[in-house]
Amino acid sequence: MSSSTKAAAPAPVDVAPEHTGGRGAALVQRLVVVRELGILAALLLLIVATVIANPRFLSGQNLRDLLLSASILTVLAAGQTIVIVTRNVDLSVGSVLGLSAYASGTLLVNAPGTPVVLVILAGMAVGAACGLLNGAIVAIAKVPSLVVTLGTLYAFRGLDSLWASSSDRLQINAADLPTGFKSLAGARLLGVPLLFLIALAVVLLVGFYLRNYRSGRELYGIGSDPAAARLSGIPVGRRVLLAFVVNGALAGLAGVLYAARFQTLDATAGTGQELFVVAAAVVGGVAIFGGSGSVYGAALGALLLTTIGTSLPQLGLNPFWRDAAVGALILAAIALDRALSLRLARRLRGRNLRGA
Amino acid sequence: MTSFLSSRRLRGGLTGAAVAALVLTTAACGGTTRGEEEGGGSAGEASASANPDAEIPSGLKISFLPKQLNNPYFAIADGGGENAVEEIEGEFSEVGPSEASASSQVSYINTLTQQGVDVIVTSANDPNAICSALDQARAGGANVVTFDSDTDPACRDLFISQATSEGIAQSQIDLMAEQMGGAGQVAILSATANATNQNAWIEIMETYAAEKYPDMEIVATVYGDDEDEKSFQETQGLLQTYPELKGIISPTTVGISAAARYLSGSEYKGKVALTGLGTPNQMREFVKDGTVTAFALWNPEELGYLAAYAGAALAAGQITGAEGETFEAGELGEYTVEADGVVVLGEPTVFNADNIDDFDF
Amino acid sequence: MALDSAHPATPAPATPAGQAPAERPSPTSRLRLLGTGDGVITLVLVVFLLVASFAVEGFASTRNTGFLLLDVVVIVLIALPLTLVIVTGEIDLSVASTVGLTSAVMGQLWFAGLPLEAIIPICLLLGGVLGAVNGLLVTRLGLPSLAVTIGTLALYRGLAFVVLGDRAVADFPRSWTTWALSGIGATGIPVVVVPLLVLIVLTGVVLHATPIGRSLYAMGNSEDAARFAGIDVGRTKLWLFVVTGVVAALGGVYWTLRYGSARADNAQGLELQVIAAILLGGVSIFGGSGGLVGVLAGALLLGSLRNALQLVNVPSDVLNIVTGALLIVAVVTPQIAARFRGRRPRGRPRTP
Repeated sequence: MSSSTKAAAPAPVDVAPEHTGGRGAALVQRLVVVRELGILAALLLLIVATVIANPRFLSGQNLRDLLLSASILTVLAAGQTIVIVTRNVDLSVGSVLGLSAYASGTLLVNAPGTPVVLVILAGMAVGAACGLLNGAIVAIAKVPSLVVTLGTLYAFRGLDSLWASSSDRLQINAADLPTGFKSLAGARLLGVPLLFLIALAVVLLVGFYLRNYRSGRELYGIGSDPAAARLSGIPVGRRVLLAFVVNGALAGLAGVLYAARFQTLDATAGTGQELFVVAAAVVGGVAIFGGSGSVYGAALGALLLTTIGTSLPQLGLNPFWRDAAVGALILAAIALDRALSLRLARRLRGRNLRGA
Repeated sequence: MTSFLSSRRLRGGLTGAAVAALVLTTAACGGTTRGEEEGGGSAGEASASANPDAEIPSGLKISFLPKQLNNPYFAIADGGGENAVEEIEGEFSEVGPSEASASSQVSYINTLTQQGVDVIVTSANDPNAICSALDQARAGGANVVTFDSDTDPACRDLFISQATSEGIAQSQIDLMAEQMGGAGQVAILSATANATNQNAWIEIMETYAAEKYPDMEIVATVYGDDEDEKSFQETQGLLQTYPELKGIISPTTVGISAAARYLSGSEYKGKVALTGLGTPNQMREFVKDGTVTAFALWNPEELGYLAAYAGAALAAGQITGAEGETFEAGELGEYTVEADGVVVLGEPTVFNADNIDDFDF
Repeated sequence: MALDSAHPATPAPATPAGQAPAERPSPTSRLRLLGTGDGVITLVLVVFLLVASFAVEGFASTRNTGFLLLDVVVIVLIALPLTLVIVTGEIDLSVASTVGLTSAVMGQLWFAGLPLEAIIPICLLLGGVLGAVNGLLVTRLGLPSLAVTIGTLALYRGLAFVVLGDRAVADFPRSWTTWALSGIGATGIPVVVVPLLVLIVLTGVVLHATPIGRSLYAMGNSEDAARFAGIDVGRTKLWLFVVTGVVAALGGVYWTLRYGSARADNAQGLELQVIAAILLGGVSIFGGSGGLVGVLAGALLLGSLRNALQLVNVPSDVLNIVTGALLIVAVVTPQIAARFRGRRPRGRPRTP
């Protein structure tokens, strides 16, 4: 990869630890930590500014609402991270979420006694099936995931609304859902909303897998340099397929969480979410061309984006600024990553020269 | 060398684009006088003489084009329309975009024009953007009836209003005043900021509240864009921003149910009053758990039913859309066309714990 | 996108015949480039139009032709410069947001009392600036265009709402708005098709018959090789983004007049339709191959398919499924075909 890199457009942080020596790996590691601390700092700054404008921002109710709102985006961003590190992208997650939300709603209407765990598994299965389709087309037909998932973004959403309009229930309302399931939205553990804890668990699990499992590390290798990964014996197709299936399953889980939280389910659930999901990952330091970034960064990105949405009105700013702020944040994040990776590349190069 | 060349050529391309833009601009100026007479509401006035005794012919093609498909409110209204069309032995169809945008509605109006339907019954996503398309449809022989959300009156024959704007706005303020004791801060959670209906109601609400309940203060109007999630989050934002808030009025079915769901799961339940326009099925849960005391709505099924009959009466020549004309709307009885081609369905119904179980829509 | 052009090994097999070599092609190969690569999709279009004319009532009429063309005008218009961008291996996802922002600014300026004759050049200039922002971020900072334009997609749309809010400005002069819809005599063909044709021919000539066009393909195939051949890659790409911005702004002006309503949410999601048309037309998302005839055929095919299905009362949900499936089929088919011919690409990077 780096051999063909030219001065004008070198690769972003795609120097996966496997390719560099121990010191290099430590440097990369430090960079990722610095990057995540940066988002955390931005988040804190935003919170402090909002609290100054409106002290009630830190009230228990508001913090709980904030964490609840962030949990769905966080789960989606965690899944998206797995896909993006392999140098792919899944734009269909919003539609998958909608499909899974409607599916779990329909399941609960027809079988109100279904245990919550089973509903979650069903939603994840729907999502995994969608992910399998995406992954299979990408991995087998070897076509760019951007195009494939753009296509399935339309197709899954169409399927969702076709299902809704052909069933006798266009919209599933709170009154149609069993109380046991609805109580998920308000459930708390030690004062923390349960949905957020679920999201947190997902992030930790994905983070643990990516860091400690060989196949997890291989995903980074694939994203850094697919050709080299293939040469070194990594089953690229299978790993990419797996990444899509896991991401689909997580989007399915997000659909169930959506159903629990919003309790009004129709064919429009999750429309346009893909933009925020990709934004959360990119803002969180996941390089759009694969090979680097962590799920913790993506989760922080999701939290930051959600906080922007809720704090703008309280800062006295027109809520219309939200989309513009998200856009500006994406640009700032990729520009920052660029600057950091250039510095890193220089330092690594210096080290290699001395070593030789 | 090549680079210089290519960038110069590109600049040439840019100039080309600019020139083309200029051409477009000047062509637009040149076309000022052309085609102006084809606009305007000619179709309605062409058949200026109404024959109140005309029979409604069977086989009328009546098409419903809601703001968007898969919206429960419009599904009910269209269902009412279908019933009416069955009664007059016409051909009913329902078409529409899956997202509520004006441009996609235009495409569907064009299709209906091309299919040669007799009556288009539509609810506009934008009062002006679909005007030209409706003009073309009328020039092609279709009768245009709007319901729920009107267009510019010049672009349609009739508008079926759910209730008078005054009736809707005042009943919501009265309901709110009753629930919060007539004094304190109130906020409005509306649909989109350019929704014709909501804006008209909000304006009346503000003047009416100022006159009748001087201690009631309307502190903010926020927009949930008729999206469940956004309405939910806007409600959350309102309560954050206005800690003294005593009540929320949401004159849109999507907004009120999202706000009710938020309130019922928060510490504000029972402390912040909520009223507005909602469907009994969506609100039943929250009336029963005490989040909402009372809310209002007209019957959307009757609205669609009336719109279909009005369209049929137009197509049959019973009416032309002029003020004072009357027509029969099946089991709803006789209706009179008011000024500007408006037909009013009636006063809104108020739903509360006592009567909500009598309704299923 | 910038990244995969770093792999000189990309053989871009997506449209085998549409591929232009980096070196100067002979006149015959250039002819072939115009012909066969776009042949399949053009054939599909022709067959579809014939079938629809016979099978779908009301499809083949002057009025319907007008409706159909009006619906694809803006898509084709924006597809022109965007095709060039994609051929060089970059992408611009912000075009529809540029349309929206232009429309919002146009509405706000009109509301403020400026004459349309002044507003339109301002809007085009604005489009150029928006395009230049994309271009500078991509070429000067070396950021991937995919990420940059996802960012500006959100930014420009957000700014559109900041400018106009949820209001709509609709009192544009009737003479202008009816012109935007009017047809040439009784043919049903909208008058805007004429300037559009001029732009199509212009783009076609630039792409297929000039050194610039060849240099665009060269960049898409191998940026390094193009640079060694003396092409100023950065500068060319910058100008491509600027032109794309200007043309998208022109689309915004037309969109506003055609619907007679300036709104911040105008053309939301249009970028997907434009890109779908381009890819359906056989342009490789990796850059370096594809032709304008195919793109035109792709846009017309998508437009007429929607139109015909609507005429036979197919619900909009099915239309979305068909659009999505068609897009996937369009990219998968050439890959499968290439594999059957035994020319399976090896080591090609899979990119988002």
